[in-house]
Amino acid sequence: MPLWLFVFLAALAVLAALGVVLQRNPVHCLMALVVVLLDLAVMFIGLGAVTVGFLQAIVYVGAIMVLFLFVIWLLNLQTEERRVAGSIGLRFFGAVGAAALVAELCVFVVKAPSTAGLSHVPPTFGSIGAIAEALFTDYLIAFEATSLLLLVAVIGAVALARRATASRTRSPVPVSPAVHEQIGARQ
Amino acid sequence: MAVDLVIAAIRAVVMLLLVLNLSAILLWFERKGSALIQDRIGANRAAILGVGARLGLPNLGIVNTLLADPIKMFTKEDFVPAGADHFLHGLAPFLALFPVLVTFAVIPIGDTVTIGAHTFDLVAADFNDAALYVLASIGIGVYGIALGGWASNNRWALLGGIRASAQMISYEIAMGLAIVAVVATYGTLSLQAIVREQGGVWFGWLPRWGIILQPIAFLLLFTAGMAESKRVPFDLPESESELVAGYFTEYSGGKQAVFMLTDFAEVALVAMLVTTFFFGGWQVPWLYRDGFHLPGGALVSIPYWAVVVLGVVAFWIKTIFFCWLQILIRWTLPRFRYDQLMRFGWKLLVPIGLLNLIVTAVVVVMAGS
Repeated sequence: MPLWLFVFLAALAVLAALGVVLQRNPVHCLMALVVVLLDLAVMFIGLGAVTVGFLQAIVYVGAIMVLFLFVIWLLNLQTEERRVAGSIGLRFFGAVGAAALVAELCVFVVKAPSTAGLSHVPPTFGSIGAIAEALFTDYLIAFEATSLLLLVAVIGAVALARRATASRTRSPVPVSPAVHEQIGARQ
Repeated sequence: MAVDLVIAAIRAVVMLLLVLNLSAILLWFERKGSALIQDRIGANRAAILGVGARLGLPNLGIVNTLLADPIKMFTKEDFVPAGADHFLHGLAPFLALFPVLVTFAVIPIGDTVTIGAHTFDLVAADFNDAALYVLASIGIGVYGIALGGWASNNRWALLGGIRASAQMISYEIAMGLAIVAVVATYGTLSLQAIVREQGGVWFGWLPRWGIILQPIAFLLLFTAGMAESKRVPFDLPESESELVAGYFTEYSGGKQAVFMLTDFAEVALVAMLVTTFFFGGWQVPWLYRDGFHLPGGALVSIPYWAVVVLGVVAFWIKTIFFCWLQILIRWTLPRFRYDQLMRFGWKLLVPIGLLNLIVTAVVVVMAGS
């Protein structure tokens, strides 16, 4: 990836990330987050991790962010009001945390290892074949354990949703048998 | 270097213009075709000096749909409702159109061409992960529709946007499963390579098209693709009898035209994807690089440039056939109910897609060993 492209993408990512934090309308924040994620996907592709880049676009932008949009609509979130910030203690700990994070980043940048001695990655790096081979040989157990975890989460979500609907069918308002018959006849 | 750049630019621009023109022609095709199906006359105004009528020909309404309508639309007032989100309301139509148009970049429309010292494939951009690129850009297409509905500050529009995003996310899974099965069959993600794999014949006469290896995946992709393009029987996001016009209720003029263009570009996209994955793309039956090898063993040799031209023509014939099929289905079937739509997607298409993928994987592994 040429340097000018990296600088452009990095600046765009930072701007969009600021947009996520600073805007007040939740849908605008979400769209800024979509820009950040797409920006990262382009960076992955530019750095040779083509498959990871596309998967980032499919999974995060194409699916997860749409679910976020759903949640915003279902909860009917409005533009947040700018209130006076919380207690002094909260502000103090916030400042300390932010300072610690900045210090950590500075240490990381200063102590970053030099790239001089590193060899180039093989041309197959980042191709879907190389990723699949790594996933299904060296990292097979981790991969399968993760799939199991996700499967459990999916089944759990379905079970929770089912229980909620089952309890709702016992309607709190008594319904006369005649109405039940009518509904049954219509179905 | 400069010549390569010019060639790349020409490939991209030609593909874009072809798609935009095809979308416009589909608009006319749909209006006149629906009139035929419903025993109406359809578009028949704005003839140029009445030339057709003087010759005794029926007025086909081509000027009407391809010239008069666009001029009318783009000179209309661009209305933004009160309380709407101006920025997103303006952005949404283009957010819907852009991902569809960029997807066409990876669709191969012809074989390799050599001009002077430059050899290239007739595809705007061919790279290894093209199938993933298709899925990614289709996934991003949800935002334009969803935000168009939300930014209008209208309940019908919001309901349409919510329906559209739920529907598109649900059917993307079936679509992805169908594409993964095809990719597993051919062992490559590049669409041009998939088309090349479909050249040649079995038993001396049967073209090696993907439909024969993956008939179930074809049905899945075609159905899910129609649902992605939000047309009848999957047009719940706009269902005019319930939601006025769904997500584009509050759009007028040019922006509405962009939404309409997106619609027809999606029809063309689904047709091209089906053609590429299952009907050999630009492959003509029995046609090889040196000419026709007819089933009897006869060889009709034709020059290579004619082979390329025939391939391009074959690709467009197949594409237009599937566009026609989608328009026919649209004007034949009634709309799904919402629960039917969700049950059809999640309880029928997704399980079938998973089963199809498992069978494909087993067969591929057994054939490979």
